[in-house]
Formats: sequence, C-alpha cells, structure tokens
Amino acid sequence: MWNIANPTNFLKLTSWLVPVSAVLTALLLGIGLYLSFIAPPDYQQGETVKIMYLHVPAAWMSMFIYGVMCLAALGTLVWRHPLADAAQKSAAPLGAGFTFICLATGSLWGKPMWGTWWVWDARLTSVLVLFLIYLGLVALWQAIEDPGRAARAAAVLTLVGAVNIPIIKFSVDWWNTLHQSASVFRLGGPAISPSLLWPLLIMAVAFTFLFLTLHLMAIRNEIYRRRLRRLSILAASARETDLSGVMMEPVR
Amino acid sequence: MSAASPLAALFAREWRIGRRAGGTGSMGVVFFLILVSIIPFAIGPDLVLLARIGPALLWIAALLATLLGLDRLFQGDDDDGSLDLLLMSETPLESIVLVKCVVHWLLTGVPLVIATPVFAVMLGLAPQAILGVTISLLAGTPALTFIGAIGAALTVGFGRGGLLLAILILPLCVPVLIFGVSAAQAAAGGTVPFMTPFAILVALSLAAFAAAPFAVALALRQARL
Amino acid sequence: MRLTAADLSIERGGRLIFSHLSFCLDGGEALAVIGANGAGKSSLLRALAGLLRPMAGQISLSPKMNLTLAEAVHYVGHADALKNVLTLAENLVFWSSMLATGAGKTEIGETLQYFGLKGVADLPAAYLSAGQRRRAALARLLVSPRPIWLLDEPLTALDLASQDLLRNAMREHLKGGGLIVAATHAALGLPAHELNMGAKA
Repeated sequence: MWNIANPTNFLKLTSWLVPVSAVLTALLLGIGLYLSFIAPPDYQQGETVKIMYLHVPAAWMSMFIYGVMCLAALGTLVWRHPLADAAQKSAAPLGAGFTFICLATGSLWGKPMWGTWWVWDARLTSVLVLFLIYLGLVALWQAIEDPGRAARAAAVLTLVGAVNIPIIKFSVDWWNTLHQSASVFRLGGPAISPSLLWPLLIMAVAFTFLFLTLHLMAIRNEIYRRRLRRLSILAASARETDLSGVMMEPVR
Repeated sequence: MSAASPLAALFAREWRIGRRAGGTGSMGVVFFLILVSIIPFAIGPDLVLLARIGPALLWIAALLATLLGLDRLFQGDDDDGSLDLLLMSETPLESIVLVKCVVHWLLTGVPLVIATPVFAVMLGLAPQAILGVTISLLAGTPALTFIGAIGAALTVGFGRGGLLLAILILPLCVPVLIFGVSAAQAAAGGTVPFMTPFAILVALSLAAFAAAPFAVALALRQARL
Repeated sequence: MRLTAADLSIERGGRLIFSHLSFCLDGGEALAVIGANGAGKSSLLRALAGLLRPMAGQISLSPKMNLTLAEAVHYVGHADALKNVLTLAENLVFWSSMLATGAGKTEIGETLQYFGLKGVADLPAAYLSAGQRRRAALARLLVSPRPIWLLDEPLTALDLASQDLLRNAMREHLKGGGLIVAATHAALGLPAHELNMGAKA
C-alpha cells in the first residue's frame, strides 16, 4: 500500500500521473467531441441538442465533485490527513466551475429550446443552490488565513451541506410543483440511442479525467503553497525550538 | 448564594446579557421594519401586488434580520475568553449550544414574530394571511436560528462576521424559506392545504433543533484545535 | 495525582513553537514556566487546558478519573471572562455553576471577601478597575474546586497586597494536594519547580 499520505510521496506519484492523466484527458476529449459532432442531430431540436454533450457530463461532475469533497472532509476531521485539506481546498473551485458550466450550457441550450435563458424549475433551481454552496465554500477558504483551521471549518460546512442537499432537492421539487408554470416544455431531452449514448459516456469519462488532472495539479500547488508558507514563517523566526534536553528544575 | 444547575445558570446568564445589552431584540425588529418599508419604495404602493407577495417579503426580511444578527451568538464569548471556559465545563458543549440558541431565538426571533402582524397590515395582507404568515414565522424562525448558529460557529473570530455567515448559511435555509412561504400562502387560500407545508416546516425546525447543536459544537471545537 | 506531559510539540498558525517537551508534576507541587515572550508558555498552558491540540506528544492525568483533562483544570489566561453587563457577583455565581465538578456548593461570599471584592460585588463588571477585574478572574479559582490550576502570568496587574492574597490561595491549594502550573516572568514567591522554555534561545 503506497504511503501517499506523505506529501513528498504524493508529489513523486503525481509528477508522472498528472501528465499521463492530461494526455488521456486530451485524447478522450478529442474523441468525445468528434463523436459529438458526427452524432445524428435530434429530429426535433436539430444540432442544438449537442450542447447536451457538455451539459450533462458537467452536471454529473458537479455532484461527483461534491462527493469527493465530502470524503476529503472526513479525511480532515477524522484522520487529520494533511492531503485531505489540500484535496478539499482544490476541489471547491473546480466544483463551482463545473456547476457553472452546467448552468451556462443549460442556459444556452434553453434559449433555443424553451425560448428563455432561465426558468425556475426544480432542477435548475437546485443546481443553482448547489452552485451557491460551492461559492460559500470558496469564500470560507479565502476568509481564513490559517490553512489547518480553514480546512476544518470547510470540512464541517461541506458535511452540513451534504445533509442539506437532498433536503434542498426535495423542497425545491415541492416548490416547483406548487408553482406549475403555464408553459409546457420538455425536460427529458431526446431518447438515448447508442449513437448518442457513446459520445455522452466518453465525454463523461473525459470530464472525469479533466477533473482528476486539474485536481491533482491543484493539490500539488497547494502543497507547494503550504511549504512556502512554512518556510516564510520559519525565516521570520529562526529560533531553536527543540526542548528535548530541558528538564524540570527541583524545587528551590 | 448556591450554585444552580449549569444549564439553568447558563440560561439565566444569556437571558440577562441579552436583555441588558441594549438593542438585542429591538435592532432586529428595526431592521425588519426597514426592509419591509423600503420594498414599497422599490415596487410601488400597489397594495394588491404587495398583498400578493407580502408573505414572501416578510419571510425574506425575517430571514435576513435573523442571519445578520447571529454573529453575536459566539463572538462576545470568544472575545472575553468565556468560550474557552465553556469548553472546559462538565456540561456537554452541545447542550450549552442548545441553550444559547434557544435564548437567542427568544430574544431575537420572537420579537420578529410579534412584529409581523403589524408589518403585515402595512403590506395590505388579509387577516387570514396575517395569521398564516405569523404562525409560519413562529414555526420557522427556530430553524433559521439553529441553522444560522452553524454559520456563527464557523465564522467566530473573523471580522467578516455577518456577511460571511449569511453567504454560508443562506443556501441551507432555502428549504425553510420555501415551506415557510408556502404555509403562509396556503393559509390565505389556494389549492394547497395549510397543514402540509406547515408540518414539514415544523419538522425542519425540530430537526434543526436536534441536529444543529452537534454541528455547531463540532465547528466550535475545530476552531480551537 | 500526577500530570504528565510527554514529548510535546506545539504548532500555531503553521509555526512550530516548541518540540519534545516533557515533564511530570505530582500533587502538592507547583511548576513555574519561564521563558521569553513567544517561547510558548501560553501555548503550553492552553494545551494543558485542552484548548489546543498538540502536534505530537501526550498529556495525561493519573490515576484515571471520570474527568477529562479539560474538566480537571482551571485556566486563568489573559482574558478575564467577565461580562460587562452582569454584576461581579452574577459573573462569579455563573462560573461557579458552570465549572462545578460534582456536588458541593461553594459560597462565593467568602471568596469575594477574601479578594476584597465584597464592596463591588453588586456593580456591573464594566465599572471595575483593572486590578479588580484581575482579582475577579482569579476568584474563579476558588468558587469551584478543581485539582489543577493553570495560570498565565497571574501576578501581573496585581498590586503587592493582592499578590500575597494569591500566593496564600496557591499555598492552600498545594497543601490540599492540588497542582499548579504558572507561566511567569517574575519569581512566583512559592517553592516551585522551574521549567525554562527559553533554554536554547
């Protein structure tokens, strides 16, 4: 079992893992985008349906990344794993980014399809709230200077949010069914046939590798940032701190 | 003088501090009033429109008034070293948090609820609607206080205080807002029976009451260690 | 009772304050922790109070009791934990309840008398002088009994007469089998072990 808990080992591992992952990402994105372009257009929506190939994988990633953050949060709180802190911190902006892509591509898809850039239906609204939770986490990370304390606070907030996300989903569903919109629109999208499914799956895997690459790179940066911080602090106060030889003097 | 039970002593202390430190309840009510007042300036004095969105406006104003005042929950104790000592008591931190939140709600949430009928009249709500929104706020403000306390614990010690707290906690308060407004509007008539959203609202408050102290205590401990 | 610190290392804000510190203190003994500012005296006390988790090392109490470390100590730091809007008496009654361990009610009247605070007991704490506030903070030590006292520069901001009061209280506490760990610049004025944290500066 690799001891990747050690940041040095982690840096060594990722020094070759990241380029490999990056190449895989580029490859998969290339294949996925190509297949998306040559996939048959939807009989009803025409070519615009192909935004789905960006939109749906981004949506999956926004939820997947929150799961990764929850695991990292547990690592911080329960095991005090130093890499868990870095993993949390790096995942939050990435999660916000993918959620934003999901919302933006959804909006671009919605305009030709529904005639509106935004609509307050259950799914859009709960993804918007998820986006706000991600932004809150990023704000918390920026507000706290001490990385250890920031990690623990973010971990608590992440786990509290995890409990709340299903509740938010449910309540927004309820709210949406109360306020039935007058216009009717199709949320389901096209039926999935293999020629449409393959590009979707490949794009999903490509996005996952994209996240993996970016995440590992961000964790590496965070490790370096922490080291730099430590060194700066040490440079400011160069003092002998080893008290192993210090004994309690007898009573006078 | 003899020592009372720790939690009773804590309740008495929090109550006294809240009552004596001027403006605890009244600041929240004044802010509530200001929010309710500036909305017609923005929307226009159309009473019919205001009556329609009134319950929602009152709920939003109550939510903001609650959240922006919550940073006071732990900041005072952190500043003078009391928080350290509370962590060293035999009484579980979760119980301490519970008592502090209950007192906070009594001193800030309840005044808001009491002020609601008056402001509701200003927005032209019908009597049924006024009753509905008041009861929904009574049932929902505990949830807001307890969920907000999590934010207060996470942000104790920083200057940003209320604003950061609001950013962190507002997304988590969305369910309470949804069911609160829903209950208020159901009371005024409509297709949805009042009990359904109201029961869920009460459930949310009870769940927050039961679960939030653990998250708050965790956040307070983690800040120290 | 014995308080043992083994191989303690403490970090704050990313800075290593000190490492590999060990000592053990028995009942009836006092420990004076000396060292320059920044040597880590306050951090050590906070760690002993359970308010700071050490990066490495162990702090333990023997024999094993029902109390955790945090519940067995009184901590008097630089802040005095007095609420300005409450009277001095209300403040102390509250802490005597909140910090009580087990049954046994302590009269705060005697303590107030001892520290010369009887006259100002019913004034809001906002009106007390700095010396009175300091004495009120120290009065906490006597209003609910706990075996270990952790004092961060207790003699500072006290006049000579009050310093003697504190020393007497400390002597009584030690006689009763209690332990004291005090961070101090000046001499404590009591027979005490000494731990010099600036030893290798």
